[in-house]
Amino acid sequence: MAKITYVHPDGTSSVVDVEPGNSIMRGAKLANVEGILAQCGGGATCGTCHIYVDKDNTKPLPAMHDLEDGLLCVTASPRQDNSRLSCQIPVTEELDGLVVHLPEKQL
Amino acid sequence: MADAPVVIIGAGQAGCQAAVSLRELGHRGPITLIGDEGVLPYQRPPLTKAYLQGDIGIGDLVFRPETYYTEHDISLVLDDPVVSVDRVARRVVLRSGHAVDYENLVLATGSRPRPIPGAHTIRTIGDADFARPEGRVVAVGAGFIGLEYAAVASEAGCDVTVVEAQPRALSRVLSEETAGHVVQVHRRRGVKFLFNACVSEVRPGEVVLADGTVLPADLVVAGIGVVPNVELAVDAGLAVDDGVVVDAWLRTSDPAVFAIGDCARFHHGARQIRLESVQNAVDQASCVAAVIQGSAEPYAQVPWFWSDQYAMKVQIAGVTDGHDNVVVTGDPLTGAFSVFCFASDRLLGVESVNKPVDHVLARRLLAANCPIRPEMVAVPGFDLRTAA
Ligand SMILES: Cc1cc2nc3c(=O)[nH]c(=O)nc-3n(C[C@H](O)[C@H](O)[C@H](O)COP(=O)(O)OP(=O)(O)OC[C@H]3O[C@@H](n4cnc5c(N)ncnc54)[C@H](O)[C@@H]3O)c2cc1C
Ligand code: FES
Repeated sequence: MAKITYVHPDGTSSVVDVEPGNSIMRGAKLANVEGILAQCGGGATCGTCHIYVDKDNTKPLPAMHDLEDGLLCVTASPRQDNSRLSCQIPVTEELDGLVVHLPEKQL
Repeated sequence: MADAPVVIIGAGQAGCQAAVSLRELGHRGPITLIGDEGVLPYQRPPLTKAYLQGDIGIGDLVFRPETYYTEHDISLVLDDPVVSVDRVARRVVLRSGHAVDYENLVLATGSRPRPIPGAHTIRTIGDADFARPEGRVVAVGAGFIGLEYAAVASEAGCDVTVVEAQPRALSRVLSEETAGHVVQVHRRRGVKFLFNACVSEVRPGEVVLADGTVLPADLVVAGIGVVPNVELAVDAGLAVDDGVVVDAWLRTSDPAVFAIGDCARFHHGARQIRLESVQNAVDQASCVAAVIQGSAEPYAQVPWFWSDQYAMKVQIAGVTDGHDNVVVTGDPLTGAFSVFCFASDRLLGVESVNKPVDHVLARRLLAANCPIRPEMVAVPGFDLRTAA
């Protein structure tokens, strides 16, 4: 299990034990954490699972591919340097303790 | 009346979302979500994609864990179909004889595949489990379901033939340009196509066509469209016309009864249509929940759809059916392009292949009713981003 913290726009947070193999997106969905829409179910085609990885993160994240990079340019909340699509980050034991911030809006 | 008892018939994509949205919008009264599949509500799209491929399991298909329903006080009935609706008493009766009263009733009964005797169809988890591709596969119908099945089967090493009665693939749902590309991708993978070909009989080990051709087949899957589940509505005396007919607020001919998702026929511009998509189910469910909670907003979402075949991602924004003019952007030869579909000068929708950004922008454009004309799109270097 890896502990992932989802910080909501109002500053409150949800801490979830996510089973490795699930994405950050799916981890939120299974724990009923609101704020990630994931309209395409994780296909990297909708851009509604946008998150901001905590600025202090030092944990290794997978590289970004072109589809993700493109979609991040058209997300509903503005892209920042730490923007990612949560469906494209599989949770591993190494990510235990990761903190991600949810955007104001996904659509 | 807000907070009055709601009964939702059908615990699929639309029904489940309606229950979730009602609670999200603050509905405090009883909500009963009645299903007949014996499993927690789940998503169907992976049944012809990752689930069929064996990449994910049942646990990955369910929308919400069981605890969600208990925590949110949603009475979930998993295996007891509604057999009748008494609109005078405002009561539904289940197969077990159990009755549930409602103030607002939501029909979310979905649709079922048109059957071909002897062939598999894919709608449920069980269907997919029984139709794992093997050996020589014949897919009847070159629609999304048939082609997704063909893609998985061909990747699994099967010998795949697609039989289609129409002269081309995806004729109801995609432009010739996009559909032609999709077929090419399949052909490159070795999938064979027979167009203008009607199946007359499926026998053990073979498929017989109307012209007498016999195709050997270890597995036959039919994807020749669906019929909406409207029997309850018909029996209850509601207006039905290939789908339960609803108004702009998704109300049936009885104002206490709504219909959403695959089973509903609704207004789209000047037409009445029925759509079979996740978007349609989810957005209509959110709309119905808002209307039940007192909203006066009519349903007005831009339809969109996606289909994954091999690594190819096909996405549709809007409904492109009925177009008479297209402009293609990007390069079909690279496998990444979009087809803008117009009815004379009016943009009906955009079909994208491996262009998710175009798709997202097109949806925004259609939602904002931006006046995009064919000559604007045809200008070399046209950028949707500046238009949106
Ligand atoms: C294999 C497959 C792949 C698909 N792929 C895509 C895709 O890639 N993209 C996309 O956008 N859409 C796709 N779809 C379509 C999408 O899944 C459907 O449009 C969506 O599920 C419709 O939701 P619904 O709630 O209206 O119907 P369903 O999800 O079918 O739910 C209806 C439920 O009601 C139940 N029911 C019926 N009658 C009764 C009764 N009397 N009492 C109790 N329960 C009842 C049914 O058993 C069913 O569980 C796919 C569908 C299938 C089958
Ligand atoms: S869920 Fe659609 S892009 Fe991540």
